[in-house]
Amino acid sequence: MAATFFGEVVKTRCRAGTEDDDEEEEARRETPEDQEVRRQLGRKREVRLLRRQTKTYWECALLEKYPCSKFIIAIGNNAVAFLSSFVMNSGVWEEVGCAKLWNEWCRTTDTVSLSPAEAYCVFYHLKSNPSVFLCQCSCYVAEDQQFQWLEKVFGSCPKKNMQVTVLTSRHITDYKTSESTCSLPAPFLRALKTQNCKEPVCCPLLEQPNIVHDLPAAVLSYCQVWRVPAVLYLCYTDVMKLDPVTVEAFKPVLSSRSLKGLAKNIPPSTEMLRKLMTTNEVQSNIYT
Amino acid sequence: MFVPCAEPAPDLAGFTLLMPSVSVGNVGQLSIDLIISTLNMFKVGYFYTDCLVPVVGNNPYATTEENSTELSTNAEVYVLPSKKLVALQLRSIFIKYKSKPFCEKLLSWVRSSNCARVVVLSSSHSYHRNDAQLRSTPFRYLLTPAMQKSVQNKIKKLNWEEMEKSQCVPGIEDSEFCVRIPGGGITKTLYDESCSREIPMAILLKFVSEGDNIPDALDLVQYLNEWLQIVKPCIDDPTASVLPWKIPSSWRLLFGSGLPPALF
Repeated sequence: MAATFFGEVVKTRCRAGTEDDDEEEEARRETPEDQEVRRQLGRKREVRLLRRQTKTYWECALLEKYPCSKFIIAIGNNAVAFLSSFVMNSGVWEEVGCAKLWNEWCRTTDTVSLSPAEAYCVFYHLKSNPSVFLCQCSCYVAEDQQFQWLEKVFGSCPKKNMQVTVLTSRHITDYKTSESTCSLPAPFLRALKTQNCKEPVCCPLLEQPNIVHDLPAAVLSYCQVWRVPAVLYLCYTDVMKLDPVTVEAFKPVLSSRSLKGLAKNIPPSTEMLRKLMTTNEVQSNIYT
Repeated sequence: MFVPCAEPAPDLAGFTLLMPSVSVGNVGQLSIDLIISTLNMFKVGYFYTDCLVPVVGNNPYATTEENSTELSTNAEVYVLPSKKLVALQLRSIFIKYKSKPFCEKLLSWVRSSNCARVVVLSSSHSYHRNDAQLRSTPFRYLLTPAMQKSVQNKIKKLNWEEMEKSQCVPGIEDSEFCVRIPGGGITKTLYDESCSREIPMAILLKFVSEGDNIPDALDLVQYLNEWLQIVKPCIDDPTASVLPWKIPSSWRLLFGSGLPPALF
């Protein structure tokens, strides 16, 4: 509880998470119908891998079926646009699967056929070198789905000889520094790498006390625990929507060992980026 | 499950496990940070689980540029073999409905690794105190029956106060009395499960409010130290009343980044 300036007493939000009493109380009051609703919601939130061409579900984990030497994962619209313009534009990539998931932010329909507009998390491999995989994930994967996503993609036998690269962006207000964030030259890159990753990074490492959450953190944790070499490139930006300046801030990553050789034809890439921006621009606002 | 950093897995038989409960003010977690940092404990593994929200960052106990680049995850295990201490640090909150499964997995690991005893550092909402608690020390302890046999006498000599029982349903006259730890996170569940599984466990907690909880964490580790004596006073300066607890390098900027000068 806390007293406000005006003398009223309000319940303050506990930094330690949800009130333990509420969860216990909820469990005590649950009826069989509530439990059934909870089970059904759990099934609806399940992460499943789908082959869009055949409209069938994958029975095993993605990387259990294919050998993988490189796995590049873009999470968020800016990282996805970067890979589309600079990497996918430079080679022939074949879709191998799509992660279907439902949550409050990503409401895909519950059918086997996913429309292109609903394909938020798609996996590809390079036709000329099928051990190189790429994932374009522009949907939010909720915290109760992240572990499932890892299981469906990586499976139970971690491959220590693959290199994982994750690209994502966060708002600059998430970045903690002793100076004011207004004075920082956004956008800028920071990196985190696992113990087994020996490749040099192309930007400074993320300084303490900064931390990473969500799916990028889930992937990196998995790689750290199971000793898979992995690096995360995180772009701090002051623009949350799709933005060419933020997308271009990822360019130094093209010289990293993981992406070297995958991106050619830089001028057409910039053209591709311009096209992506135009497609995604809001055509009208409330003033027109 | 416990995943070691390197094979073979460390032998934790006979060790004392220190762990936090994710509770009000994050006091338990801050206390474990102080212990790991002060004793310079080294990481031996991860508690890999789907019960905690994933979080990664660089080494929170970095002292040099070289050791600042080790990646840390949301649940890690550190040891100090010379004092037979093992510490589990939890750095994020539980995913909804996963706190009880976590407790079960944790206690199974405690059993299988043959730890001698578990000490949980926790906290409880200070606004829930009754009149008697308001007038007494803010520290409380709880021991499972399996623990009472071995440490009860020592605890008695320290004049510590045991956590009082209160009404299970507050406000109802004929409600039964039980131990309640509001704001304590999984503390109560861990205590109940340890009682039924006959695991020697001690809970040490402080009544706190949300805010700058660093002083609460320092108080709680001092309280623990009265019993376990894990940190001795500095011999060079016997007059120093404060024990040398080392603040971790990650405790910077706890309340956000610097302010824009234009504000003033």
